[in-house]
Amino acid sequence: MTVTTETAAAETTGQTVLSARNLVKHFPVRSKGVLRRKIGDVHAVCDVSLDLNEGETLALVGESGCGKSTTARLLLGLIPVTSGTVSYNGTELTSLSRNQMRPYRAELQIVFQDPFASMDPRMTIFEIIAEPLRVHGLFANGGRQRVRDLMSVVGLNPEHVNRYPHEFSGGQRQRIGIARALALNPKVLVLDEPVSALDVSIQAGVINLLEDLQEELGLSYLFVSHDLSVVRHIADRVAVMYLGRIVETGTVSEIFAGASHPYTQSLISAVPLPDPRKERSRKRILLTGDVPSPVTPPSGCRFRTRCPKFANELTEEQQKSCIEEIPALSADRDGPTTSACHFAAPVKLL
Amino acid sequence: MTIEIDANRPDTESEYVLDVGDLTVDFPSDDGPVHAVRGVSYRLRRGEALGIVGESGSGKSVTSLAIMGLLPRSAKVGGTVHLLGQSMLGLKDEEISRIRGNKISMIFQDPLTSLNPVYTVGKQLAEAVLVHNKIGKEKARQRAIELLDVVGIPNPQQRVDAYPHEMSGGMRQRAVIAIAMANQPDVIIADEPTTALDVTVQAQVMEALETARKETGAAMVLITHDLGVIAGHVDRVLVMYAGKPVETAPVDDLFYSPRMPYTLGLLGSLPRMDENREHRLTPIKGNPPSMVNLPPGCPFAPRCPMVQDVCVQNEPELLQIEVPSRAAACHFHEQLVDVEATDVYDTGDPESEEVA
Repeated sequence: MTVTTETAAAETTGQTVLSARNLVKHFPVRSKGVLRRKIGDVHAVCDVSLDLNEGETLALVGESGCGKSTTARLLLGLIPVTSGTVSYNGTELTSLSRNQMRPYRAELQIVFQDPFASMDPRMTIFEIIAEPLRVHGLFANGGRQRVRDLMSVVGLNPEHVNRYPHEFSGGQRQRIGIARALALNPKVLVLDEPVSALDVSIQAGVINLLEDLQEELGLSYLFVSHDLSVVRHIADRVAVMYLGRIVETGTVSEIFAGASHPYTQSLISAVPLPDPRKERSRKRILLTGDVPSPVTPPSGCRFRTRCPKFANELTEEQQKSCIEEIPALSADRDGPTTSACHFAAPVKLL
Repeated sequence: MTIEIDANRPDTESEYVLDVGDLTVDFPSDDGPVHAVRGVSYRLRRGEALGIVGESGSGKSVTSLAIMGLLPRSAKVGGTVHLLGQSMLGLKDEEISRIRGNKISMIFQDPLTSLNPVYTVGKQLAEAVLVHNKIGKEKARQRAIELLDVVGIPNPQQRVDAYPHEMSGGMRQRAVIAIAMANQPDVIIADEPTTALDVTVQAQVMEALETARKETGAAMVLITHDLGVIAGHVDRVLVMYAGKPVETAPVDDLFYSPRMPYTLGLLGSLPRMDENREHRLTPIKGNPPSMVNLPPGCPFAPRCPMVQDVCVQNEPELLQIEVPSRAAACHFHEQLVDVEATDVYDTGDPESEEVA
């Protein structure tokens, strides 16, 4: 169940740097009281496989609770996997000890969503950016200059290194977070909703910065986001997640021009466009109901409980396959993308 | 710009249901007064939908709280607010309570904080009805069920007895909309009604809000930072910056031919789902100004790519341009005819941001 479709491989010539196979993450649900018995599992991530190629941006999209951030943390080894493997340039990371993992941590870095929560308020910007250098024993070797260089790289004034995080605006703080992530010359950056907390006029600057950095430094981005407009702008390939599973993948143009999974379709159709004429003439696919609990996910296709196709178009016989059989991600279905729907059919939505 | 006139309604003397004139709000602070709102004027026609856009701190929410009389006592409110011809400022608590939730109602961003966690949704809905109407409890409950049905909550018969925590975020917000429309208000103010919600849920909630408007014929003020939501749901837009409106226009004009550099910059900095990534975004450099000590001149001048000497000296008034329905507060609005964001804004390498 790989994400790399043939078309995607052709477009991005770089080889795979980070790849995940059949990742599973369950979080225990415990009973209240003293015993805290385990009474179930939150199926946060189920059988997720993906490949991130050199120099490309892979966007992981989905709504809150779909497991996209958990997947990102599994890839970095920030939380242990329940099962499955993550490998970086051919080395399996999931079986490494903490010490063995350390050199790889330098190459895989993360930028968090909330620039207010991800920095120690009592450290100066200098200390914040220098910390990864110190941890990896690189500070003695020109670390002071490196910090100042990083400040200019992300568009901040190097003279402000002695200020504290609260003296900066949200956009500037996010730039500090990026500088800290770049300190160790990583190859892969995991960006977990890096611009969601910012106002649009500030957000645009950070997006442009990320694009420039990728070009200059040859970084690979795993871009976790719920904002399809930003994803369209920044990503090369997209993987759409729903309730812990990847339901559709493809290049940006494939996904936005011919998504074939009903969930991707409703997601794209729900995003409002900043264009009054287009907005007035658009037809929305409205989903009913809410995302089911990940403690007891539906059998078969996890989207079937909200699927407009399941409810309105399928015969009882067809519905049976949705209920009984988990649809595999497959490139052989109708449409340009790799889709996990038994009855995939591409629809032009934009 | 639609003008719907409902003949069944009293008080149709005036075309305008809400008339805000030169509204100002100051908050005291240790560094001197914070001028959160510095003169907002707008008039809302019956049934019209007005969108107010602006970034965090632009004063868009404070304006509405002032209209509703919901600001803390320490806030100094100036100017005039007339709802159906009646002045809203300086009313006693019990007087404004008779109007609030009856003729004008408000929907807040976070439905968890605007609903009371210890009462069922049905009870809170019935309360909204009972406060303003002399009807029996059973009738109020029936009305509550009706309202839940209107906003698209499935199984309203059962849901009426649910507590807020038993509902999902989208359902809670729809319940809040039901409360807002309970007394057929003339004006509904929705302050970032979908910001906390996922995009598919946002679509459902906006649908419910449209239904509520159709059902009640209410005029709406939709406050949001999301230009996409504005595009599809309002007739007219007011853009706020640093506590003041800087541009107002019918929705199409605003999106297709903005006449204020800030509006142009906002539109240019939006990533678009309906376009390929070929074009660069146009970030607006710098940050919004501090509202404590605003320098003279245009508040946008420090971030404006078209800034001239006059901009730093004189603050431009919001003046009518071209047609009566449009106004912009810019000395050089004429230079923005047929101009794209990429023509005036720098899209190049990230520029150094100065610390405010």
